[in-house]
Amino acid sequence: MLESYLSIFINAVFIENIALSVFLGMCTFIAISKKIDAAIGLGIAVIVIIGITVPLNNLIYTYILKEGALAWLGFPEVSLEFVGLISYIGVIAATVQILEMFLDRYVPVLYNALGIFLPLITVNCAILGASLFMVEKSLAFGESVVYGLGAGVGWALAIAMLAGIREKLKYSDIPDGLQGLGITFITVGLMCFGFMSFGGISI
Amino acid sequence: MAKTSEVLLSPIFKDNPIALQVLGICSALAVTSKLYPTLIMCVALTATITLSNFFISLIRNIVPSNIRIIVQMTIISSLVIIVDQLLKAYDYETSKTLSVFVGLIITNCIVMGRAEAYAMQNGPYMSMVDGFGNGLGYSVILIIVGSIRELIGSGQLLGVQILPLVSEGGWYVSNNFFLLPPSSFLIIGLFIWFLRSWKTEQVEPAEFKMSKNAPKEVKADHA
Amino acid sequence: MQNKDSIKNTLLIGIGLCLVCAAVISVIAVGLKELQKSNAVLDQQKKIVAAADLKGFYGTTESAFDSIEEKIIDIEEGLITDISTKKYDLSKELKDPSRYIALSSIEDIATIKKRENFSKVFLEYREDQLNTVILPVRGYGLWGILYGYLAISSDLNTIVGLEFYQHKETPGLGAEVDNPKWKALWRGKKIYDENGEILIKVVKGKVDNNTDMSTYEVDGLSGATLTSNGVSNLLAYWLGDSGFKKFLNNLKQENING
Repeated sequence: MLESYLSIFINAVFIENIALSVFLGMCTFIAISKKIDAAIGLGIAVIVIIGITVPLNNLIYTYILKEGALAWLGFPEVSLEFVGLISYIGVIAATVQILEMFLDRYVPVLYNALGIFLPLITVNCAILGASLFMVEKSLAFGESVVYGLGAGVGWALAIAMLAGIREKLKYSDIPDGLQGLGITFITVGLMCFGFMSFGGISI
Repeated sequence: MAKTSEVLLSPIFKDNPIALQVLGICSALAVTSKLYPTLIMCVALTATITLSNFFISLIRNIVPSNIRIIVQMTIISSLVIIVDQLLKAYDYETSKTLSVFVGLIITNCIVMGRAEAYAMQNGPYMSMVDGFGNGLGYSVILIIVGSIRELIGSGQLLGVQILPLVSEGGWYVSNNFFLLPPSSFLIIGLFIWFLRSWKTEQVEPAEFKMSKNAPKEVKADHA
Repeated sequence: MQNKDSIKNTLLIGIGLCLVCAAVISVIAVGLKELQKSNAVLDQQKKIVAAADLKGFYGTTESAFDSIEEKIIDIEEGLITDISTKKYDLSKELKDPSRYIALSSIEDIATIKKRENFSKVFLEYREDQLNTVILPVRGYGLWGILYGYLAISSDLNTIVGLEFYQHKETPGLGAEVDNPKWKALWRGKKIYDENGEILIKVVKGKVDNNTDMSTYEVDGLSGATLTSNGVSNLLAYWLGDSGFKKFLNNLKQENING
């Protein structure tokens, strides 16, 4: 049991890294990776939000949306899978909002550190993507917790690495047109190729 | 009329959402290994953004400001679900290839961004034009990336063999590198370079300037 | 005009919007449901027909499928059961611990972790004679599990075709499992030798046609050793004792007796 959880986690962090192998959350990934502190802050916020929303959406999917899930209400044939997208994004938006209010009220230190990143997260496709992949892989609840955390850690790891590279990169002599965005894209491309070498690890 | 064409055309090169504003690139990378799914993705996104801009602009004056984000989100997700359902019904093969990426149009920042920045302030007609223009700006990049990848990667365009492959008795050795998703980062990076060399006002200033090498001292001739 | 930020207005707009969106989405989803379902079924049928190479004989996928019988078999016993095929769903089978067995790492050469107790197979009959058996197979390649169909002709030892319907292999390398040229190589290859040993495998590089073994071997995919090994392993597993071997032997007996 533990072994299969570990394998889901490692798989989500390295082999199917949500930023570098599935290319999700790229907008914020590139926009907020200039400074390493900001990148780590955002990374942690993403871990927290994915870690909460993926299991939540898993419950919603299993007990409400899935075909036959409404059997307890007397509708064994009903499948609400087509409203999946809107439910997941609703859960994500609500979670972000609640977390923001909660942190503001009870943990102001953390709120000040993460506060500015939280609204950005609703539109981060890594979060929605993780929920969609959870459904596609048809994970059980326990597995979805591990998968959510793994996906978050993977994304945070990737953005921290990119920020590290970009902090060094600004001292380099880059052709004018390539300055900034251009060279960042190319760097990310090379990082993705690096991550491809995790393929084939079987655990 | 001049304003309409301005709104329509400026997102294509001058203010391209992908190349300049870094919005909505996630799907640009994962779906572009072949041109056909790329085109479908472009149509899906352009339709969604045009319609969402239209509807949001229609109700902009009655939407309370404290729930406007969730209202926008609801409209966009409804449209995306419709697109997704249509695709599953009429082009099952492509919907399998695109898998979750159609659903991810919801979080595509271009759609949300235009709704918030343009449709909330302008009338329905201009909003539609703006949405369509931004959809085109996105499509241009995707189509360029998709064509390059399919042509170099497998010698085909839209599944038609353009360059005869060595393995089929032709002369072209396909470059598998371009079939791999990360190659689209490199293509977009180079595209940005090209675009900024052409429209130099888009160049970002460097944070640090390289200082010139100190001129070499001319050594005294001891001869 | 009333203040648009009032609580009453907020609630009104919120509820109104939800109702409108819900109505539109439901109408579309319900209206398109049948079409989507038939698409999904047709997609699977296409792959099955492609694996068994039946399109040339029957003309269309639909007419080919008319002569195919779907059966649920008990893998352990190797016997056809009379369970209805309608409700069968592999992912559901693999969720219920009473309906699969967990594989130990020694048995699990295809790295699939669980094997279902009941499997859905496809039998194609021509003039009441069994002509092709199509078996669902799966196994780990480089990036993930490859899912496919293996079609075997009526002597139950000769491969007709191998078709994968879902995989995540590297484009251009491992994903060449979809290449028609490579798929054509499988046709006519033998699975077992006279002692019932499984010899079929994907070799590294090209098959040497001068050896006795060449009828059991298929060219490797260049640059995709792990995918090639994965395909060899999944065949070895599914055609072996804990896979469909017993079922194939039973069918063979039946064919001789019948």
